[in-house]
Amino acid sequence: MTDSTLVRVEDLHFTRAGRAIFSGVDLEIPRGRITAIMGPSGTGKTTLLKLIGGQLVPDRGRVSIADEDVHRLSRRALFDMRRRMGMLFQSGALFSDLSVFENVAFPLRVHTDLPERMIRDLVLIKLQAVGLRGARDLSPAELSGGMTRRVALARAIALDPELIMYDEPFVGQDPISMGVLVKLIRELNHAFRMTAVVVSHDIKETLSIADYVYVISDGRVMAHGTPTSLDTEVDARVSQFIHGQPDGPVPFHYPAADFASDILGTREVP
Amino acid sequence: MIEWLAWLGRVALTTLAALGRSAMFLAQTLFHMPGREGVHLWARQMHFVGVMSLPIILVSSLFIGMVIALQGYIVLVGFGADEALGQMVALSLLRELAPVVTALLFAGRAGSALTAEIGLMKATEQLTSMEMIGVDPLRRVVAPRLWAGFISLPLLTAIFGVIGIYGGYLVGVDWLGVYSGSFWSNMQSSVNFVDDVLNGMAKSVVFGLVVTWIAVFQGYDLVPTSEGISRATTRTVVYGSLAVLGLDFILTALMFGEF
Repeated sequence: MTDSTLVRVEDLHFTRAGRAIFSGVDLEIPRGRITAIMGPSGTGKTTLLKLIGGQLVPDRGRVSIADEDVHRLSRRALFDMRRRMGMLFQSGALFSDLSVFENVAFPLRVHTDLPERMIRDLVLIKLQAVGLRGARDLSPAELSGGMTRRVALARAIALDPELIMYDEPFVGQDPISMGVLVKLIRELNHAFRMTAVVVSHDIKETLSIADYVYVISDGRVMAHGTPTSLDTEVDARVSQFIHGQPDGPVPFHYPAADFASDILGTREVP
Repeated sequence: MIEWLAWLGRVALTTLAALGRSAMFLAQTLFHMPGREGVHLWARQMHFVGVMSLPIILVSSLFIGMVIALQGYIVLVGFGADEALGQMVALSLLRELAPVVTALLFAGRAGSALTAEIGLMKATEQLTSMEMIGVDPLRRVVAPRLWAGFISLPLLTAIFGVIGIYGGYLVGVDWLGVYSGSFWSNMQSSVNFVDDVLNGMAKSVVFGLVVTWIAVFQGYDLVPTSEGISRATTRTVVYGSLAVLGLDFILTALMFGEF
């Protein structure tokens, strides 16, 4: 509980379609740092980002950003707060009817009254930062997956948000784009002291940039600490995840009857 | 028996919930009067929804007018009443065929396109990202489309009526030899502006709202998968067409039924 905490999640409970996604998650995201939230697929990492962004409402518990309870804000106040947040979606989610330039200009146009000349300069600065100034006139359909995500990143930082959330930024990227994204996330954080939340299960890349890591599984925080402290974590489940072992406490096999009796036909075929 | 009752209850509840959601959706969308930028977005949708529907409306109205004239002539000439052909073509078009057929074609062409477009925006997280940027997609994406459909359908209906009557003229007068003077004067004396023209337009205003509402709601409410998009597009056309035909009967009974 320090003043340097930007986002605070307390006792978060969330259920979807009768399945408990979170049952009592507590975490703190410090200002100006990169915090990673990791965990196996299907643990609701993206859902957590949507809860922080106020798109979903928790069953119980509290999410506050700069000491304001996200889920008690009016619709208008919530939309105002979102101007101070940026989010990078897994699919990029660029607006398909706008060019690259207009996609990045979109938040500036709707939230500011800046003159056209200044909007142009700001957009070019952001595109330069992600290395795609030359692609400004392309349409989203003409971009590769890596380029799409970089344009989406430029759009997410267009308004210089305090908090930026990355949803699985490394999924489906070739090694070069992966390297570019890792470098960009680190540089943005260092240059602008932007608070970053990275949701990912790409262990190597995420641990290389994160200042602090939360590991979530089965609706709870299984472990948290700095990347080096997690490397030596003794908990078998966390260790299996961090070191990417195929079998362990999280079994390789889906629960099934005994293999020998199954294959020899001693068990009745349904 | 119990299972059947449970099924019935489940269907009723799901239907009621969907109706409630769609009514809330309409209320949240309809009362967003567009600002300066909204007018620009609306104009773009008018082009997409209205202007681009013109070819199908022009061609089908011409043929429908021609067919009515042909069929009408065959019946009327038996009674020696072929001079009433203009009246018959105009009344059937203005009261019924123009609003109904335009709305059906509109549901098929523009409605399905609206559903698929909004649905794909949802599936590719464009609507979510818009929300996260702090822009309400109901205002920015849905409202311009709803208003464009609502306004363009009556205009398309008017065009349908005019071209249909011209098609009837081509067949009746130019081909079958009905006297042109009686074709027009019979039409003029029997068509009442308020009863026939305005009532037909009133129908198309209702159809415009209902068809576009169904289309944008189906797009916004769908399950964001490829199967979900295909189902929602089909539902737009089916529900839209059924709503048009059902409402047409009710509106006709209210407007022309003498009881």
